[in-house]
Amino acid sequence: MKVIINSVEQNIDNAAVISDICTESDVVIIDGYNVDHSMKISDGMDILVVKRGAMPTEAMLKKMMQSRNGNLVNSAVENACVAICGLGGLGSNIASMLARLGVGKLILIDFDTVEPTNLNRQDYYISDIGRSKTQATCDRLSKINPYITLISHKITLTADNIVDIIDDADVVVEAFDNPECKAMLVDSIIGGTNKYVVASSGMAGYNSSNDIVTKKVFNRLYVVGDGTSEADIGSGLMSPRVCINAGHQSNMVLRILLGKSEE
Amino acid sequence: MIKINGVEKHICGVKLTDYLAGEKYSTMRIAIEYNGEILPKSQYAEITIADGDSIEIVCFVGGG
Repeated sequence: MKVIINSVEQNIDNAAVISDICTESDVVIIDGYNVDHSMKISDGMDILVVKRGAMPTEAMLKKMMQSRNGNLVNSAVENACVAICGLGGLGSNIASMLARLGVGKLILIDFDTVEPTNLNRQDYYISDIGRSKTQATCDRLSKINPYITLISHKITLTADNIVDIIDDADVVVEAFDNPECKAMLVDSIIGGTNKYVVASSGMAGYNSSNDIVTKKVFNRLYVVGDGTSEADIGSGLMSPRVCINAGHQSNMVLRILLGKSEE
Repeated sequence: MIKINGVEKHICGVKLTDYLAGEKYSTMRIAIEYNGEILPKSQYAEITIADGDSIEIVCFVGGG
């Protein structure tokens, strides 16, 4: 029978199992799943065999990095464009997640520079202190996934410029800190374009993780958070709940790209 | 009968800005979907809530 092994079509025995085509320590992926080596191979399977710990060729690296997503997800994200408005606690982590997912083009927007109080929750390093968040984010993402396109804008988004800046995006992520900026983004993008928005409200402190939810509130607007936990004196913004919120937003972006909805 | 955030209410004839003030909404921290369309802030003062209206109000708190 004919199968594809690491992008090369090969003829193998009809009774072959995975262990016949690899060594014991190899990782073998079929459409997103790390399969058992005793599994019987079927005609036409597209099989990726990865040598554990070995640096693959440049040509195979992208395919191997994408392999755990599965074919459906890869085809949905590789030509997608997502704008991330704000690269703080939410935006920096969302940027890393969407880069790992392989979203083909990211528009990254923030006016600010990295400072020490950011490091309890934002995806930066001590060595980034003083650098612009756009530059630090681009450098980090290019190390995570060099196969995506990054567009960055070190500017303050306003009602006057936001629609033009995010024009290429399929989905706009609201990752601001300031509640008035959050409302401005929703008014501008939901009112002025046909794009989806995934926004955020309420992830400070250490209340239950399970209070953070994804809700569809308007026709093209999803809001993630508990809706009430405002950053305040005695209610800090910390990595666990901020990253839970960032994960919700990133997964909602993926679901929108896959044509899924949410109540 | 109108609906605000999915809850039925009997408040026809009330100005939208009066309703928002009564509920202590901070206008600059909210967005409103009025009968399926986003309502620009510049139009809040023009709206009087009428029978059959469906209004969704999302209120943002700080942090990100």
